[in-house]
Amino acid sequence: MADVTDVAADVTADVTDVTDVITYREAVAEGLTRELRRDPSVVCLGEDIGAAGGVFKTTSGLFAEFGRERVWDTPISEQAILGVAMGAAMTGMRPVAEIMFSDFFACCWDYLANEIPKMRYMTGGQVTIPLVVRTANGGGLGFGAQHSQAVENWTLTIPGLKIAAPSNPADVIGMLAAAIRSDDPVVFFEHKGLFASKGPTAPDGHVVELGEATVVRAGTDVSLVALAATVPMALAAADQLAADGVSAEVIDLRCLVPLDMRCVLESVGRTSRLVIVEENPYQGGWGGTVASIVADDGFELLDAPIRRVAAACVPLPFADALEQLVIPTTEAVTAAARSLVAY
Amino acid sequence: MTAVDAAAGVIGADELLSLYEQMAVIRRTEKAAHDLFLAGLVKGTTHLAAGHEAVAVGASAALQPDDYVFATYRGHHHAMARGATPAECLAELMSKGTGLCKAKGGSMHLTKASAGMLGSYAIVGAHLPMAAGAAWSARLRGSGQVAVAFFGDGATNIGAFHEALNLAAVWALPVLFICENNLYMEYTPISEVTAVPNPAAGRAPSYGIPAEVIDGNDVVVVKNAVTAAAERARSGGGPTVIEALTYRHFGHSRTDPATYRPAAEVEEWLRRDPLELARARLQALGMPAGSIAMADERAGQTVADAVAAAKAAPGPDPGEALTDVWADGGSAWRT
Repeated sequence: MADVTDVAADVTADVTDVTDVITYREAVAEGLTRELRRDPSVVCLGEDIGAAGGVFKTTSGLFAEFGRERVWDTPISEQAILGVAMGAAMTGMRPVAEIMFSDFFACCWDYLANEIPKMRYMTGGQVTIPLVVRTANGGGLGFGAQHSQAVENWTLTIPGLKIAAPSNPADVIGMLAAAIRSDDPVVFFEHKGLFASKGPTAPDGHVVELGEATVVRAGTDVSLVALAATVPMALAAADQLAADGVSAEVIDLRCLVPLDMRCVLESVGRTSRLVIVEENPYQGGWGGTVASIVADDGFELLDAPIRRVAAACVPLPFADALEQLVIPTTEAVTAAARSLVAY
Repeated sequence: MTAVDAAAGVIGADELLSLYEQMAVIRRTEKAAHDLFLAGLVKGTTHLAAGHEAVAVGASAALQPDDYVFATYRGHHHAMARGATPAECLAELMSKGTGLCKAKGGSMHLTKASAGMLGSYAIVGAHLPMAAGAAWSARLRGSGQVAVAFFGDGATNIGAFHEALNLAAVWALPVLFICENNLYMEYTPISEVTAVPNPAAGRAPSYGIPAEVIDGNDVVVVKNAVTAAAERARSGGGPTVIEALTYRHFGHSRTDPATYRPAAEVEEWLRRDPLELARARLQALGMPAGSIAMADERAGQTVADAVAAAKAAPGPDPGEALTDVWADGGSAWRT
């Protein structure tokens, strides 16, 4: 396991005097707190999430408010964490399990691939599994190949899992509320590179229904479809493109399942050009699914090929200078958009 | 047979006759499943539990109706011991719309959630943490329920077994881990792949869990052991490992004639057939032979009726292929 105290330590630096602005990291704890207060069947479990507040401090304050009967520290036993959460979800609880790094999904893949998504179907609808699996996902922090992967595409290969990946603090709160209230299992990707980012908090009772993408910047020349950390990247690219007189529309997908293709196709209808910005590897990445649907359902809308900006198909290198050559960058997005406008 | 002596007086003749009849129904259902497979009416595979009846029936007799049970792909006996009918089990095996799981699960996934039978799992060992989770849920809700995971000897060598035992012990969960040790992990003797003589009970002490090895073919012994473990669990005493020694009457799965088992070993275990043991007990308790014969007759009729009902049942509704993925009943994944 990585020593992530350097990342955790910057939580104090994130604290701001402005009460209606919070960090993405604080939004996770806020979203969990709201649901723990609202519903006594919500219970959290994971490694170091209790008194320690989580290695990323995303559960900070929960143990103090709710105690050990609501916030449970576990051994380093990813199979037990998800198996126990599944058993509890089948019997009246709404567990929120944390897998510390999404890379560790490989340690409990049976539960994500074979058990949690299949039991409702295999039993002809006899069981319900209202379960949230939270995890820290993505790169850009120099943790090396086993603690930096963007693995949202792994989960996209499994029918029966809902997949959420918020890009900003208000969405973290609203999508966490929707995920915990959902009667379906939800994998909830929190992006490590966004933990220190700030944004407006969400009003009380804020719920962002799963499967509703949003246009975060309107434009007319090219659509940039993004998720989680690639949303601010796409917005930065849109700024650069605007300086060239190119009007880019940016879509925050928010979820991979349900996948809001209506929003994407409507945007492509306006712009006729599509760039998909994904952090997972090009090989098997979620952008391939989005592109195939646009090819099937929206081919006539396009005036140019679809471009995918994704991670290179290599294990993630340790050095920042190397990692930046492998994962998507603002410059790569800008270049892809320019190539389509010039097509 | 000291077990017979020790158990005398702790179970009434009428209750034992009822347990005997349940075992007789399971035995005949498994035989019917075997025959239906050979007749081409059951597809895929089956892992028959003939020989294991006493574990399921004895444990179920010790549990409350709202307790939870998790089983393996060799789980027909657990489904029926918890109240699934032979007709709905056989219909599931025969891909009929009246099957327990609407023909979407099959032999390896028999489930009767309304009876607390929360599934049969075909990935070895995966359900042990789930049973711990159901027990955790019972504790959080203060319901007084216990959860039971039944598993084979082969499951004791997979990681989920060890993660589940450790977590259940450290959280003092009301869960029972009941190993059906039939001496073979699929085709290989468990003793060839495990260094301790008792693959489940021998590991339990290292997790701080009390364990015992019992005669899994004696339904009264099983009932007594599970009763004691469930009482301890309900009173906050934490988990128990029970290793029940038993034996399959069929091979591992439908393609396995089990020729790897020595003839003398098979013969010895067939002499210790759980139905024969129960019948001997009934006679010792003074049950008239005619009453036992009538129980056998009722069991035979129940299963014959079940076979006829399953054969006559319609196939699955084609619409079912795309339902039950999500809680809204559907399978839509995109707009």
